Amino acid sequence: MGEPAVAVDVADLSKTFQIPRHHVMALKERALHPLRRIPVTELHALRNVSQQIHKGEFFGVVGRNGSGKSTLLKCLAGIYRPDEGAIRIAGRVVPFIELGVGFNLEMTALDNVVINGVMMGMSPREARRRFPEVIEFAELENSLDLKLKNYSSGMQVRLAFALMVQADADVLLIDEVLAVGDASFQQKCFDVFYELRRRGKTVVLVTHDMQMIERFCGRAMLLHHGRVDEVGEPAAVARRYLDLNFEAQERDAGPTAGGPEDVSLGVAIGDVWVEAEDGRRVGSVRQGERFTIRAELLVKEEIEDPEVGITIHNDDGLVVFGTTTREPGRAEAPLAPGEVLQLRVALRNDLAPARYFIDCGAHEGEHRIVAFRWRVSQFLVYGNRRQLGLVALDHSLELEVRRAGAEAAESRR
Amino acid sequence: MSPHAAGSALRDIGGPSAYGGGARRLLYLTWTMGLTEYRLTYFGSALGYLWSLMRPLLLFGVLFVVFTQIVKFGDDIENYPVLLLLNIVLFNFFADATGKSVSLLVDREPIVRKMQFPLMVLPLARVLAGSFNLGISLVAVFLFLLVYGVDPRWTWLLLPAMLVPLMLLTVAVSMLLSALYVRFRDVMPIWAVLSSVLFYGSPVLYAIEAVPEGYRRAVLLANPFADILEQTRHWVVDPGAAGMVTAIGGAGWALVPAASVVTVCALAVWVFNREAPRIAERL
Repeated sequence: MGEPAVAVDVADLSKTFQIPRHHVMALKERALHPLRRIPVTELHALRNVSQQIHKGEFFGVVGRNGSGKSTLLKCLAGIYRPDEGAIRIAGRVVPFIELGVGFNLEMTALDNVVINGVMMGMSPREARRRFPEVIEFAELENSLDLKLKNYSSGMQVRLAFALMVQADADVLLIDEVLAVGDASFQQKCFDVFYELRRRGKTVVLVTHDMQMIERFCGRAMLLHHGRVDEVGEPAAVARRYLDLNFEAQERDAGPTAGGPEDVSLGVAIGDVWVEAEDGRRVGSVRQGERFTIRAELLVKEEIEDPEVGITIHNDDGLVVFGTTTREPGRAEAPLAPGEVLQLRVALRNDLAPARYFIDCGAHEGEHRIVAFRWRVSQFLVYGNRRQLGLVALDHSLELEVRRAGAEAAESRR
Repeated sequence: MSPHAAGSALRDIGGPSAYGGGARRLLYLTWTMGLTEYRLTYFGSALGYLWSLMRPLLLFGVLFVVFTQIVKFGDDIENYPVLLLLNIVLFNFFADATGKSVSLLVDREPIVRKMQFPLMVLPLARVLAGSFNLGISLVAVFLFLLVYGVDPRWTWLLLPAMLVPLMLLTVAVSMLLSALYVRFRDVMPIWAVLSSVLFYGSPVLYAIEAVPEGYRRAVLLANPFADILEQTRHWVVDPGAAGMVTAIGGAGWALVPAASVVTVCALAVWVFNREAPRIAERL
């Protein structure tokens, strides 16, 4: 076997946006000062980015906000024109910058599939021919006569995903479609990504979510201020991304860096992450499995009677669980500057499937907060059972069915 | 492995453009989007497509009452009611399509910024949707012609020869307006004024003879729309009317409005093409 074929070839790509400093949209300005140049701020979104992506590769692009990752995707899609450099792509490219963009709610699924299909480069006839497959994947066979506006949001999402899978694309460019959504939505999304991978599509996935990168991507690229910072193993790239995030937070400094309530007075909270039982760093944990939440803290000033802890809260900000090192009636040994603390919280995953956030904090004595970081890390809980509420209490469930008046009772689990 | 994997070679991605991506795709997209837009025009109304017929007829009814019963304007114009109806249908096509095109690219921001397609599709589709409407309205015009007692003439068949420059003009102006509006929001009020100037500056309500002798040629030279209306009048409504060539003073002069249609088209293509690559990032 030789080198795998190249599907996407980006060579020395640069893109600069010129943003007018004061809004000069009016013709008057032009008429009065025809020769004056409008002052602009140059925003270097991408600088000399080069990268090859192989056919059938699932390639991740990560970076902080404003790192240029979405601009890169739009350049690949042909929505933005690059200023310098070249992009070459083999086969049909279809961007999915947003789920369901271009849907017309007043029309039926068929009309929308045709419009979207033609948008993606099919002929109307071809799009119509593919309609049954799309509907089958979306499981919408019973709702064909409805207009899209009468679909539930879940049905619309299914249709959008079905179009993505059934698009006759060789290269798919996917941007943050997962930014919003509950656990079941994410599960659908995972299914779709597995399906795309199974079909051997070349996928470029732009996301914030390290867990997506580690789960699906063969390789990933980290963009930082428009430059390529690192390309390689997803786990390594994800780690580097978190480092960059931490550095940035340190640099922004002040007691309010990061979240609105973050504090760093004498103790700095470093990396906080979730480990599976075998010590792998993970972004998601299956229900019922054991996992460990870990945190690293750096002591900068002497702290008397320290207390270190974490809380887990859900999307609504509701604290589901929390624990600290404090034991009633016992003072802890003081901490000295330069000491590094390693916190390990090992627990069984009895949480309901959803996304959870971890806060980490440290106290001196009972009342003085010396460190706090809000939503410093996050993880996803997944499981197969349908469940309501916040936690998965250990339980068994039985439903007895009895015909009224009948002697024999049938009981089933 | 993708079934398309074999044989697909690397190809340059140059960025967005006015009509890049192949003629076939442009055609498919224009057709699909134009049809969709037309279907949605009267969507939800009880009469649906009938409005394509009703709207010009109702407007015509108002103007007819005003100009024949109250102002007594059209008495000395042959077949004035029919002429009025035809003119209104033709002008409405132009005014509707161009008026709606001003904010076209801005209104379609989600797809312009999130999907890749030749941007010229948007004005083309809009004019196509207007053309479906025009087609149905013209049916109404011809029915009315017969009802009014105008004898069918073979020159009726020549009408498309004037619809072509009309559509070219409409597409070109739509392209210009939509591309310029992205940068200059003043285009909207300017066009609102200009299109009413065009309405009164063209023989829609009146016939070209109403323009004083000295200005008549000037109007016909400056405003290709006036020539189109005069010619359709000659062919369809009143063979006794001069027709564009005679009215303007000879075939040589008639080249001037023809040239201005071509110039507007060329200008539109040039401007749209120049702006297209940056439209997505300016929205």
